[in-house]
Amino acid sequence: MSLLFGGRQQGAAQHKVGLLQRFLMFFVDHLRQAINSLGELYRVPFASLMTIGVLGFSITLPSTLYILVKNTEQISAQWQQASEISLFLHKRVSNANAQQLIKRLQLLPEVADVKFIPADDALKEFQALSGLGDALNYLDENPLPSVLLVVPTSKHSSPTAAGLLLDKLRKEREVDIGKLDIEWLERLYALLNITKDLVNMLAVLLFFAVALIIGNTIRLSIMNKRDEILVMKLVGATDSFIQRPFLYTGFWYGLLGGIMAWVTVALILLWVDASLQGFMQLYQMNFDITEMDTGMVFMMLGTSVTLGLVGSALSVQRHVREIEPT
Amino acid sequence: MIKFEQVSKTYPGGQQALRKVDFHVEQGEMAFLTGHSGAGKSTLLKLISIMERPSVGRVLINGHDLNQITRKQIAYIRRDIGMIFQSHQLLMDKSVFDNVSLPLVIEGYTRKAIAKRVDAALEMVGLADKARNLPITLSGGEQQRVGIARAVVNRPPLLLADEPTGNLDPKLSMEIMRLFEDFNQAGVSVFIATHDLGLIARMKYRTLTLKDGKMITDGLDDSQEIGNP
Repeated sequence: MSLLFGGRQQGAAQHKVGLLQRFLMFFVDHLRQAINSLGELYRVPFASLMTIGVLGFSITLPSTLYILVKNTEQISAQWQQASEISLFLHKRVSNANAQQLIKRLQLLPEVADVKFIPADDALKEFQALSGLGDALNYLDENPLPSVLLVVPTSKHSSPTAAGLLLDKLRKEREVDIGKLDIEWLERLYALLNITKDLVNMLAVLLFFAVALIIGNTIRLSIMNKRDEILVMKLVGATDSFIQRPFLYTGFWYGLLGGIMAWVTVALILLWVDASLQGFMQLYQMNFDITEMDTGMVFMMLGTSVTLGLVGSALSVQRHVREIEPT
Repeated sequence: MIKFEQVSKTYPGGQQALRKVDFHVEQGEMAFLTGHSGAGKSTLLKLISIMERPSVGRVLINGHDLNQITRKQIAYIRRDIGMIFQSHQLLMDKSVFDNVSLPLVIEGYTRKAIAKRVDAALEMVGLADKARNLPITLSGGEQQRVGIARAVVNRPPLLLADEPTGNLDPKLSMEIMRLFEDFNQAGVSVFIATHDLGLIARMKYRTLTLKDGKMITDGLDDSQEIGNP
């Protein structure tokens, strides 16, 4: 395109290059520039590694915390008795009626197990544990009710789901009082939510810092190439043409930093897993640590690449424009 | 080709570099621009390549008013103007071939076309055997010829040169001027700013003279007079 000389044709248009070839050339050009940018990083390995390291570790921290939270959620979900529901039955309910209720409850999809503690057994246990001993024999009748311990399935053991189940069970005719041992679980979940918020906030701050660091690194390399940029502008290079290699540099920083974060998180998980197994054995539980799934890896790499691109785009738009031949 | 209409340029700070300059260089013409240092030669050239904008008046190239050109369009304007600088403006860490091919790379030529054109341009300036060298290994005259090859490699209709012979001895200067004559004969408009009055005197082309930002002479006959201030 020539603005001043109407008949003058330039560049690709002059050679009557086919549309397909021009389309292909576009990608070939971009690929070439991308590889050139990678080559530039390779030529200053130490400086590049430092920038990649900053990016990598900055993404490692929130990722590791995220996995930690996710695992804690899973561990807590395993404590089924945490949301065990105690149902105190009316005194007039006979053992036979109680057995019928148990059968009905066991048919509910939310219920994993039902344990029956008849009033007599409860009294015996109380006698044994309380130390009141024979004194209790003087009672006219057993003051304790029969109790049903209902264990919800793991799907329904979260505080809210268990709460809903409790409401449902309370409506049973035979049930006097229903109680859910839920308080400490609610605290745990609240704590987890706070941790999640903190992790998110930390991630946002770190991502912001990473974008700024990349932006500054790109700014320095623009300054280093000041003379080259001046010459390119003198012979008619557009800003976007000059910007492209720097954007690719940002892209590579992002991708390599992301890969570094991925490897680091994997190593951390491997390390933690060993000590975690020991810990879980103390509680006689089996637990497999949740590894990074494909979605998470893609999210990490995607975030990293985006940060690299955003950082370099911010820098490039300001600084390439500033350099003008005078 | 290049037309100035009552152009004045005042820099921020009040320094007046050009005062009501009026002239017209025709298509296919070769002309010199001369004057002492600080007379406004560089400013005038900068107005043509849009490194500066006029304070008052219009600059037209091929009938197009440069005041209408937006910031984004400047790059495309510069592709139509081959520019040659006293300081060469070469990339010292790139080979002669890479330097000369830069305008073609920017315009998106294919590799084959680039190689063909760069070889032809280097052939024209007599540096065909130096394509793989770094500019730093070349002499001043050779570096200037690399700059010229880069300016003409995409065959612009207009060549601008700012003190192209500034650092060269008379014999080399003459060689450079002969090159410009060759391009001119091929139909390119050539506009050369220089204070090398001896060279101008030998060349017999139209000469525009600036003094304190004013155009004081515009023609062949007067060119000798400025030689003895």
